[in-house]
This record gives sequence, structure tokens and C-alpha cells, in this order.
Amino acid sequence: MELCDLTALELTKMLRKKEVSAVEILQSSLDRIAKVDGRPGSLDHTTELTEEDKQKVHAFITRTDEIALIQAQEVDRKISAGEDPGLLAGVPFSVKDIFCVKDTCSTAASKILANFKAPYTATPVERMLQAGAVMVGKVNLDEFTYGSSNESSAFQPSPRNPWKTDRVPGGSSGGSAASVGAGEVPLSLGTDTAGSIRQPAAFCGVVGVKPTYGRVSRYGLIAFASSLDCPGPVARTVSDAAAMLQVIGGADPHDATASPLDMPDYLSTIEDGVKGMRIGLSPDYFRITYPDPKTGDLLSQPLPAEIENAVRSAAEKLAAMGAEIIEDVPMPNTRFGIPAYFVISRVEAASNLHRYDGVKYGLRTQQSFNDLNKMYRFTRNEGFGLQPKLRILMGMYVSAAQYSEQYYRRALRVRTLIRRDFEAVYDPRGKYRLDALLTPTTPTTAFEMAAVYGNSVLMQYADQLTVPANHAGIPGISLPAGFDASGLPIGIQLLGADFTESTLFRIGRAFEKATETESWRQVKPQVLQDF
Amino acid sequence: MSEQITQEVFEHLVELAALQLDPEQAEYLRRQLNNQLKAIHELEAIPLDEDIPISLHGVPYEESGSAKPREDEWIKYPDVKAILDQAPQIEDGYIVVPDIPHTELK
Repeated sequence: MELCDLTALELTKMLRKKEVSAVEILQSSLDRIAKVDGRPGSLDHTTELTEEDKQKVHAFITRTDEIALIQAQEVDRKISAGEDPGLLAGVPFSVKDIFCVKDTCSTAASKILANFKAPYTATPVERMLQAGAVMVGKVNLDEFTYGSSNESSAFQPSPRNPWKTDRVPGGSSGGSAASVGAGEVPLSLGTDTAGSIRQPAAFCGVVGVKPTYGRVSRYGLIAFASSLDCPGPVARTVSDAAAMLQVIGGADPHDATASPLDMPDYLSTIEDGVKGMRIGLSPDYFRITYPDPKTGDLLSQPLPAEIENAVRSAAEKLAAMGAEIIEDVPMPNTRFGIPAYFVISRVEAASNLHRYDGVKYGLRTQQSFNDLNKMYRFTRNEGFGLQPKLRILMGMYVSAAQYSEQYYRRALRVRTLIRRDFEAVYDPRGKYRLDALLTPTTPTTAFEMAAVYGNSVLMQYADQLTVPANHAGIPGISLPAGFDASGLPIGIQLLGADFTESTLFRIGRAFEKATETESWRQVKPQVLQDF
Repeated sequence: MSEQITQEVFEHLVELAALQLDPEQAEYLRRQLNNQLKAIHELEAIPLDEDIPISLHGVPYEESGSAKPREDEWIKYPDVKAILDQAPQIEDGYIVVPDIPHTELK
């Protein structure tokens, strides 16, 4: 085992005891990246993928090795001087390239922002740096976060799943999950709009947290759907994720939607166990919907047995530790999460994407025009890939005056129903009085590259079990829970009431302890099997 | 079900979206839009009472859990050049764009 395979909290502990330096930790991380990552994503699409490329992870777009070395040296200096180096001192982390970081390229994985160097740093990144964490680079994603596989990135090769490199890492925080899963970094900063942290975390066998909406500031996050976007941690353990949320969360004068509620001390309660907790299972999370490939009609079928078994096995373990499992919890509006999301997210995305016009920053077409409107159109055509264009067009259609009542306002009312489903089961005076719902994270394990990309409806349904939490604003966490028959990770999800992340961390940590000696915990990803 | 987004509707959307598509892209995008609308039509199956309000956000904004609005004060940005340097074309501190067409409003 190398330094980069240790958890963030193990590394900071060793650092404070002066058993290792921040520079040594950083070097271990950079060595791992050099071994497994391969060439970074770029706008050059002419280079054919080699067999070697197909065995690599390709998590990164931009490496920041030199800045990272300066940050690591500063941590070492503080430790030598007896100063407090911060909660995450010396811990390498990657940042989804949807966050602005001063003086680095902040691309959103889009050609239209390929040359954009942000003049300021996003609050969650700033807080990681203030806590002593060391940023090693910006990682790939679906263009503007629009996707669930990372294949829509303008920066190719797109990331691959460290467990099987012919599989997608999920998305849109696929670079984050792949970089953590491959041991390149213990922590990564991602975003979750419909499941974009939890789904890739499940696919890559790591922990992913979507905090309550407003728990983490969105200042410096390049917006997709502003009422749904949540920055959050990707980590290899629940405790590391809790420590990272501790650092990045809290009020922010730069973001009026960041909650002023006090941040709990997550680590002080994380070992308190689940005795007396009420954890629900819902039949509405054990059926999945998907579009017929020929007709497009929506079909329904039971969840794959391996995934359902993983959830039920987790429930049994939690019950053995003193939790009460409540069966048959109704969540009847779960199935409407994706149709409502198709409308709400597109309207918000179309609005947010109108700022890219070739005037203030980013790409401007090289063609010469004497008409501003033509410059706009050609710039946007050259700069945006297919997925942003699709979202702009749908957003404009469903919010048009003649369709708004039928689509947009109806979707917003359905969102109310989805929210009410959660409020009813968490109500302390209600019938169910749950502390959390336990569900699968995804309807499948990681699918093959190119198997779904291009079918925008099927791709969207990859988020069907995660998107209800985004509509409702509630927190969720995805935990690794074993493997399917083909050796791909399975993720299980815990969903809680507003601002109950500490409860989810307690349950997640209890599940980790209950399974820490199981053989699947010792299995290494494909890209690490030679080490 | 017949296609809801006809060629004519699609071209109008492309104009509104300030895009300029080649035929292959246009065909793909129009097909995907119509496929997505099939999924969106699921929403029509839900009986919605008139008194169900819309939710623009999941987490309700109550006074205790919301940031107080700050004073609406002008604050000079410390590095104006860093902002201007992002523009594709500047001249004497101004952002340069092609001519803005004049349109007679009907």
C-alpha cells in the first residue's frame, strides 16, 4: 500500500505526527497519476485511441503540479513552525472542472470555455485550500455537467472506470469519482444536480455525498440548473467525506442561497451507531423505468436482483446493529422525477447558457461578421457540443408562453409532490418517522462506453433513483456495497431530511464497520492490479 | 404519436436559441427533443389538484434558514483588468463587438 491509498484522515494524522511530509504525500499522488491516468483530456479529437489509452483512467483535464508543490511546502512549513495546518492538511484533492479556480483554466469540459481563466476562486475550493488540502488538478466531466457517463466532454479521451476501463465512470462527476477510485487522490470536489456525485460514486466504488441544497455555497460554480446544483465531496470513506463537508460547508456572503444554519461537528457523532434509528425501504425504489429502444415508450421492470440484494443485505446488517427497518414506505411520485427534471433542468440550463455569447469571455468564432447576431450564432454553434444545444432547445420549448402551463408550471407542481413524499416519511409525528431511507443508488452498474451515449432519454433515466433528492433539496449519500457478477461496484443510497447529513454519516459509518472484514472490501480496481 | 416539434417549430427554436446548426446536428437534435417529450408526457398522467403550489426550490426558504439580504452597495472590483482580459476583443478599455443590427419593432 502506498501513501496515496491511505484515507485523508489517516494522512493528516501521520502528517501531524511528522511521520510523513505533505510533499511526500503529494509525490505519492503524482506518481499514481503518472501510472494510471494516461494523457489528459484535450480538444484534439484527431488522435486515435490506442490500446494503452483504453487501459487508462483519463480523469484529468488540467494538472496543477507546480502550484500543488507550493501548497504542500506551505503545509510543511506550518507544521515545522508549530502552526495549525488545517483539518485536511496535506491531503491531495482534485476539483471537477466546473468550479472556477483563479488563474487555472476553468473549462466546464466545453470548447466555449476552453481558454477561460477564472479571475476568482469558488468558495468550496477556497475552503479546501484554507484547510491545508493540496489541489493537484481539475478533472473531467460531461460538458457543462450534462450527462451521466462523461462521454459528452469536449475534452477527449473522456474518463474511464478504474474497475473496468471499458466501462464509463458515470457522470457528470466522473473524473472526480474515477480519480478517487483509482487512488490518485483521497478526495475530490464534485457537483450533484440529478445524481452527478452519487451515480459516479456508485459506478466507481467510492463514497459520494449530495448535501442539502444550500449546505455548500455555489459561489464560483459554473451553473447548470441553479435550483438543483449542489457541490459535495467524493471520498473513499464516510469519515473522509464528513471531514470534507465540514470544511466546504456553511454560510457564504457571496451566495444568498447558502444556508446560515450552523454546521454540526460531523466527526464528533459519526461513531455513534444506528441503535434506535428508523430506516425505511420503499418498493418505489425497487422498480425502474426505461424507454423502449425502438418505440421510445416507457417500460417498467424490477431492479436487477444483485442491486436489490445489496440494499436488503445492508438493511439486515443495520438491523443487526440496532436499527429498526420499516418496509413498504410509499414514495409514489419517485417515477415522475425524471419527467419533471427534463423540464425544470432544461429551463434553468437554457437561461444559464445564454451568457455564453463570444462577447465577455470564452470562445468567439474566428469567422468575421459585421452583424452581432451572426457572431452569436456561429460562436455558440462552434463552442457548444450537442448536449448543451439539446438543453437550450428543450428549455426554450417547454418555457414558451404557450406551453409553460402544460410543461414548466406542471413540472414545478410535481416537484411539490415529490417534496411532500419525503416530508411525509420524515415527519416526526407521522406514520413512518424515518431517520433515513435506504435505496439503491443506480438502476444498473457501470455500463459499457458508447452503449448509451447518444440516446438522451435512456441516459437521463440513469439518474432516476437519485434525482428525487435534488427536486426535494434533501441530502443523500452513496456508499459502496459490493460487486455484481461481472466485478463492477454496486452503490447503495441513504436519503435524509433537510440538513441531516450527520445522521447519514452515522448510518454510513456503521455500514462500513459492519462490512470492513468482508472480502469485497479487499478487491482492487483493474487499473491497480499490477501494483 | 405525431411529432410535436415539427421542422417549422424546430427552426423557430434554433433562431430563438441563437444557434446555427448543420443538417446532421439538426436532425439528431429534433429527434431527441421529440423523444424527450414522450417522457415528459408522463407528467400528464398525474392528477394535480388546483391547490398544489409550485416549488421553485426543494428546501423551503424560511427566515431562520435563509441568509439575510445584504445591503445593495456598489463595491469596486479590485482587478478590472482581469475581467477585461477575458474578452475576446477589447480596445481602449471597451469590449468590441460587430455592428448591432437595427430592427424595426412591429
